[in-house]
Amino acid sequence: MDFPPLAWQGVVVLVVFGVSLLIATYSTYAERVIAAFLQDRVGPDRAGPFGLLQPLADAVKLFTKEEFFPAGANRALFVFGPCLAMVTALMSSAVIPFGNVLQFGETAIHLQGIEINVGMLYVFGMVSLGVYGIMIGGWASNNKFSLLGAIRAASQNISYEIAMGLALIAVLMMSGTLSLREITFQQSSDASFVWQDIFNWNVMKQPLGFVIFIVCAFAETNRTPFDLPECETELIGGYHTEYSSMKMGLYLFAEYINVFVASAVMSVLYFGGFNFPFQSELRNWLVSSQGLELVTASNIITIMGLVGLFAKIFGFIFFFMWVRWTLPRFRYDQLMRLGWTILIPLAIFNIMLTGGLITFGVIK
Amino acid sequence: MEHLSKRVKVLEKKPMTLAERAYLPAIFQGLSITMQHFFRAATKKQITIRYPEETRPFSPVFRGLHVLKRDEAGRERCTACGLCAVACPAEAITMVAGERKKGEENLYREEKYAVSYEINMLRCIFCGLCEEACPKAAVYLQADKMAPPRFERDEFIYGKDRLVEPVTPDNRSKRGIQLTPEQAEKLRAQLA
Repeated sequence: MDFPPLAWQGVVVLVVFGVSLLIATYSTYAERVIAAFLQDRVGPDRAGPFGLLQPLADAVKLFTKEEFFPAGANRALFVFGPCLAMVTALMSSAVIPFGNVLQFGETAIHLQGIEINVGMLYVFGMVSLGVYGIMIGGWASNNKFSLLGAIRAASQNISYEIAMGLALIAVLMMSGTLSLREITFQQSSDASFVWQDIFNWNVMKQPLGFVIFIVCAFAETNRTPFDLPECETELIGGYHTEYSSMKMGLYLFAEYINVFVASAVMSVLYFGGFNFPFQSELRNWLVSSQGLELVTASNIITIMGLVGLFAKIFGFIFFFMWVRWTLPRFRYDQLMRLGWTILIPLAIFNIMLTGGLITFGVIK
Repeated sequence: MEHLSKRVKVLEKKPMTLAERAYLPAIFQGLSITMQHFFRAATKKQITIRYPEETRPFSPVFRGLHVLKRDEAGRERCTACGLCAVACPAEAITMVAGERKKGEENLYREEKYAVSYEINMLRCIFCGLCEEACPKAAVYLQADKMAPPRFERDEFIYGKDRLVEPVTPDNRSKRGIQLTPEQAEKLRAQLA
């Protein structure tokens, strides 16, 4: 089969798109089951075995509901808001390196939508654009609660993006590149020391930075304990108060895709991406003891790395949900105080610490 | 200030320690608690009762759906005296009395019997006074059955077809009126 490499990349992009949607779909189910289990309940178990068809039932419900436009709403922007939220959420997963290279004869398939050398900046740009979806939707609803929720979302995202970016700078100081693929490769190790792979992960060198990053990720994705934009007790539903049917569904979907992307970014930046412990030993063992060709062995390692990365991502998604059903929501002034007076100074301290350690050659 | 009891606790407002201010230890404490619940729910049987398939056990003194009992020979005990209707505070019971014909001795215990006997379950308050009033030990409130929900109001008027203890096709009834032996024969032929 003669297939140009660009076409393969197109296939990969489509697969990434589909996988993002699938994970977001089943995140809704997972959220409900995890919430139920954490509260000693059963959760959805009626639709299909273990309720696995529940997302389909939800989708049918959302698609067949009435399209509702509130009086005085800006119709064009009212539709544009959820679309923008969804598009930006989906676009950010394009640069995540989900795996290394799969080699089939002449063709090499990179398990990554697109490789750009400013991958991290691209993700940040897309995540920042996502707030426009919320902002536009909240403003177009012609509703005070929606507007308040949207303003909260905007100010919260801007505040926490600073701390997030500062936490990231410490990683970039060590890696010297913005490319997510490069950052992943730097976290792998071919040394003979068996746990070297794990000790090479950035979370070992940047524990403080990771804590700052994950707290900010919670705020960026508007998840509890920072889900003030949709704070029911004060704002009814927040920015999506006036939304119904699939437009509402798009907002919810965008949130889950953002959780997926945030989990993927954290896995790549801090938890070694598609690297897993003993990978080089395993490859050598496959080649020397099992008599496989190096290409085949590498492909096996690549697929295992892909599975490993998804395991890390699912772990983070679980953590997001676990926290959501454990912690109560912050008050708005507490949220702002945490962001501006604690996280940002801590992130700056972390940068200086990293700089000092690099200068004295403790880490590189 | 004088305290009413000696159990009063004086609240001291201590400044928070660093660990408390950092908030992270408290978060992990909370997370571990919810994780314990997660594993409890995932491994042990949950307390949730999946209703249509499972039901809670009824109390032995529960007063549920009525039943019109038969005697040992399978004859209806009710003699349509009307005491239950008189005793009913909700006026949910109506009945029409009839005289037992010759040849119906195997159907009705007494010479007088209820041709129709209806209880309106929407009116009934399940107090059990009919049960207490009955001199023939004919009407009882079952401890293990409830009047199920229905869509139409007239479906809540239970006639003899749904109240009398079923035995055989001979004793089946239509709209609360007991079948004659000929009708029972016909029904049996239909069922066969």
